[in-house]
Amino acid sequence: MNNKLKILTRGIIDVSPFLIPVVPFGIIFGVLGMDLGIGPYMTLGLSIIIFGGASQIVLLQLFSGGASSLVILSSVGAVNSRHLLYGAVLSEHLSSLKLIWKIILSYVMVDQAFAVSNNYFKKNKKNTNKHYHLLGTGFTCWTIWQISTLIGIYLGSIIPEELGLTFAIPITFLALLINDFKKINNIIVMIVSGTIATLGYHSIPFKAYIIVAALSALLIATILTNINLKKK
Amino acid sequence: MDWSIIIYCGIITFFTRFSMIASQKKDTFNKKTKTILSYVPSAIFPAIIFPLVFLDNNGNLDLENNPKILASVFAVIVGYFSKNIIATIFTGLFSYWLLIFY
Repeated sequence: MNNKLKILTRGIIDVSPFLIPVVPFGIIFGVLGMDLGIGPYMTLGLSIIIFGGASQIVLLQLFSGGASSLVILSSVGAVNSRHLLYGAVLSEHLSSLKLIWKIILSYVMVDQAFAVSNNYFKKNKKNTNKHYHLLGTGFTCWTIWQISTLIGIYLGSIIPEELGLTFAIPITFLALLINDFKKINNIIVMIVSGTIATLGYHSIPFKAYIIVAALSALLIATILTNINLKKK
Repeated sequence: MDWSIIIYCGIITFFTRFSMIASQKKDTFNKKTKTILSYVPSAIFPAIIFPLVFLDNNGNLDLENNPKILASVFAVIVGYFSKNIIATIFTGLFSYWLLIFY
C-alpha cells in the first residue's frame, strides 16, 4: 500500500508544473459558459462529463453559432481523436489491468496526464503498480480543471462584456500550438486548415466548417507524411 | 443546449480514450498513422482560430483595422520565442485590450 501511495504522490508532484497553463484555460472556459448563457450547472456539467478542455470550448463555440447536434458531436470527436494515439501508446503498459481500472484511467487521461505518466511508464516498465502514477496525474488534472471552471463561472457573472473575452478562444487555442510553430509541415497544415475554415465559414453548410477544414488539413498532413517517408 | 448533447459528447470523448487503452492488440497503429495523428491539433485548432480572428460578427472578412489580427500576431511572436503558454495567452489578451481601449 505504501508503495502505491508513493507512486500516486509521485504522479501528483510530476504533473503539477504542467497544470499552471490549465488554470487560465479552465477559467476562460467557465467565463465563456456564463457569457453564452448556458448557466453554472451546464458549464460545470460540461467539465465533469466531457473533461476535455479544447473540445468543451469547441462545443460552446459551435453551440453559440447555432450548429446542429451532429456537427457538434463530430467536431468534439475530431478534437479528441488525438486521444486514440495516447491510448494506443499507453495500452502496452496497462494491458494487464482489470476493466474497472481501464475505465477509470480512460476518464482522466488528458494531454498532460498522458505526457507525464507515459514518461514515467517508460522508465518503470517492470513496476506492477505503475498505473497509480496515471491515477495521480489524471485526478490532479481533473481536480484543477473543475476548480478553475468554478472560478470562471464565478468570474463570468461579474466580468463586464466590454472586455471581449470571446477573443480568449482563438488566443488559448493559438497558445496550445506554440510547440509546432517551428515545424514547417505543421505550419502548412495550420494554414490550409485556417484558410478553408475562414473562406468556407459561409459556404460550407450546417456550420461544418471546422470538421471540413480539419479533414482537408489532415489529408495534406497525410500527403506530407508520405513525401517525408519516401525521402528517407 | 440540452443535457443529452453534453452526455453524448462525454461518451464520444470517453471512447476516444478507452477504445485504445482496452485494445489488446499490439502496435494498433503503424508509424505512419501515428505521425498523421500527431498532426490533429495543427489540423483542427486553426479551423477554430482563423474564423474568429479574420471574420467579423456577421461572418464577413475583416482585414482592415482589425485589432484581433494584430493581437494574434503579437501572441504568435511571443509564443514562438518563449514557448510559454501563459505568456502567449496574456500577450494576446492584453495587446487586444490595449488596442480596443486606447
